[in-house]
Amino acid sequence: MIKDSRGRKVFLITNNIFLIAASLLCLLPIIHIAAVSFSSSSAATAGLVRLWPVNFTLNSYDYVFKRVEFWRSMGVSLRRITLGGSINMLLTIIIAYPLSKENRSFPFRTFYVWLFFITTLFNGGLIPGYMLINRIGLIDTIWSLILPGAVPVFNVILLLNFYRQIPKELEEAAFIDGANHWATLWRIYVPTSVPALATLTLFALVGHWNSWFDGLIYMNRPEHYPLQSYLQTVVIQRDLSLVGDDEWKDLMEVSDRTVKAAQIFLGALPILSVYPFLQRYFVKGIVLGSIKG
Amino acid sequence: MFRHFKGSKKRSRETILRELPLHLMVLPGLLIILLFSYGPMAGIIIAFQKFIPAKGLFGAQKWVGFENFIYVWNMPDSLQVLWNTIIIAFFKIVTGLIVPLTFAILINEVRKTILKKTVQTLIYLPHFLSWIILGGILIDVLSPSNGIVNKALGLIGIKPIFFLGDNAWFRITLIVTDIWKGFGFGTIVYLSAITVIDPNLYEASIIDGANRWKQTWHITLPGMRMVIVLLMLLSLGNVLNAGFDQIFNLYGPIVYETGDIIDTLVYRIGLINAQFGVATAIGLFKSVVSFIFISVSYFLAYRYADYRIF
Repeated sequence: MIKDSRGRKVFLITNNIFLIAASLLCLLPIIHIAAVSFSSSSAATAGLVRLWPVNFTLNSYDYVFKRVEFWRSMGVSLRRITLGGSINMLLTIIIAYPLSKENRSFPFRTFYVWLFFITTLFNGGLIPGYMLINRIGLIDTIWSLILPGAVPVFNVILLLNFYRQIPKELEEAAFIDGANHWATLWRIYVPTSVPALATLTLFALVGHWNSWFDGLIYMNRPEHYPLQSYLQTVVIQRDLSLVGDDEWKDLMEVSDRTVKAAQIFLGALPILSVYPFLQRYFVKGIVLGSIKG
Repeated sequence: MFRHFKGSKKRSRETILRELPLHLMVLPGLLIILLFSYGPMAGIIIAFQKFIPAKGLFGAQKWVGFENFIYVWNMPDSLQVLWNTIIIAFFKIVTGLIVPLTFAILINEVRKTILKKTVQTLIYLPHFLSWIILGGILIDVLSPSNGIVNKALGLIGIKPIFFLGDNAWFRITLIVTDIWKGFGFGTIVYLSAITVIDPNLYEASIIDGANRWKQTWHITLPGMRMVIVLLMLLSLGNVLNAGFDQIFNLYGPIVYETGDIIDTLVYRIGLINAQFGVATAIGLFKSVVSFIFISVSYFLAYRYADYRIF
């Protein structure tokens, strides 16, 4: 090992400090919002809160938890991620299998792959998409949030590339033992792809949790909003029509700012709480997908 | 000859039977994309109609040829919106390539594994939060009255800046906050490219007396050349993607002049003003231009970076 030069040591220290600062820049805004949400309304409105609550109180959370709209949209979101996530994964698993075959053994493969791939290159745009959902009567139903994106084409491509790395001998052995395609998929391909599937499942769940625009345009009635769409209206648009008149008294005790901060923090909480434990799955997908072989 | 023909015909029937389960596996997904992806493509005809929703998506609408496109061309703001889109997208593409590359090289220099892992964990985080959450946070911390950023600037004697409501600041705020969300996640690809560089190259260069800086310049960067070229090419497809999710949640009428982009304009004209034909025409323009750029970028990536999608 060659001893570090003086300049090298200075660089390493500066570099570490710089990177720590950059990391804090990603974390501190979230901590600040949490601190605001746990502070008294007067402290928050006066701008006294930094990274620790001032005059700690749970009033804002009391206020949010008493709102039926919050729980209703939380319910819609949970329904959406379970239903949408399972449909995404089921379709990804079964579509990727035939598309991972060699052209020799499944000549239609190329045609199908292109048919799916083209949808990532070109789309009809916002208005025709909206008109279609309207025309087939999906407005104000949860299916408008699930069916249009039910086939995550990039995930299918990712998984089919993963399937292709599975040794052909496994499959051939299964066929000799009399297994059909369906059995081969579920007994050989799926168990061998568990790490990739874990990552894709996480992507599907996070995608559904974070989606907000479809809820905003396809739901006419606010009680059908998933949580992120609901937050869009109360935190970003400040839609006071969603705040009933009789609730203004409640509102006096907590400030607009602390209530918003509480809702932002609650909206981020599910991701924040699973992220540290599942980080390796969060990260693996992009490496699987972007540079392969 | 005849026998062979007969044999192949028989085989093909077996083949069809054997392939049937494969077709069935594709079928549900196929129906879904035919309806929900190809269906709207057919709906593009709205762009050439004076569309009245009551008559239905494929109803007896009045055809107007390119009238909607001419209308858009004559709109006073259309060129400004196109320019906003291109300039915002351009700076996001450039910073989205350079900032993660720089961070990847700096992270690679860190020796303490714990520090390295912690830094990575923290900088990836904003990528996984929605623009609703991040927008809510930004609206709070950037507030000119009591936001913490302006409080901090006040300490060093800078007057409050209305980052989200001042045309002089809006675009730069968009670009910086977009970096904030994405730079960490962007390092992943570069870092994985660094790990595949042959360690022997570094050892050889040390014997030749190269310092760390020279190693970075002559080994690390050339070793990542393919990935850098690939990401540059693929980012071409984003020329008209200025970032709807971000801008929609941060902008307001006061910054339309610098922050209104094609996607936000389509939303307002189409879903707020209900001028469906005009909005579809603008959307079609974007889809076609994006399609060309994405196709060219994939072709170049295939040709020059040996990139295969499937």
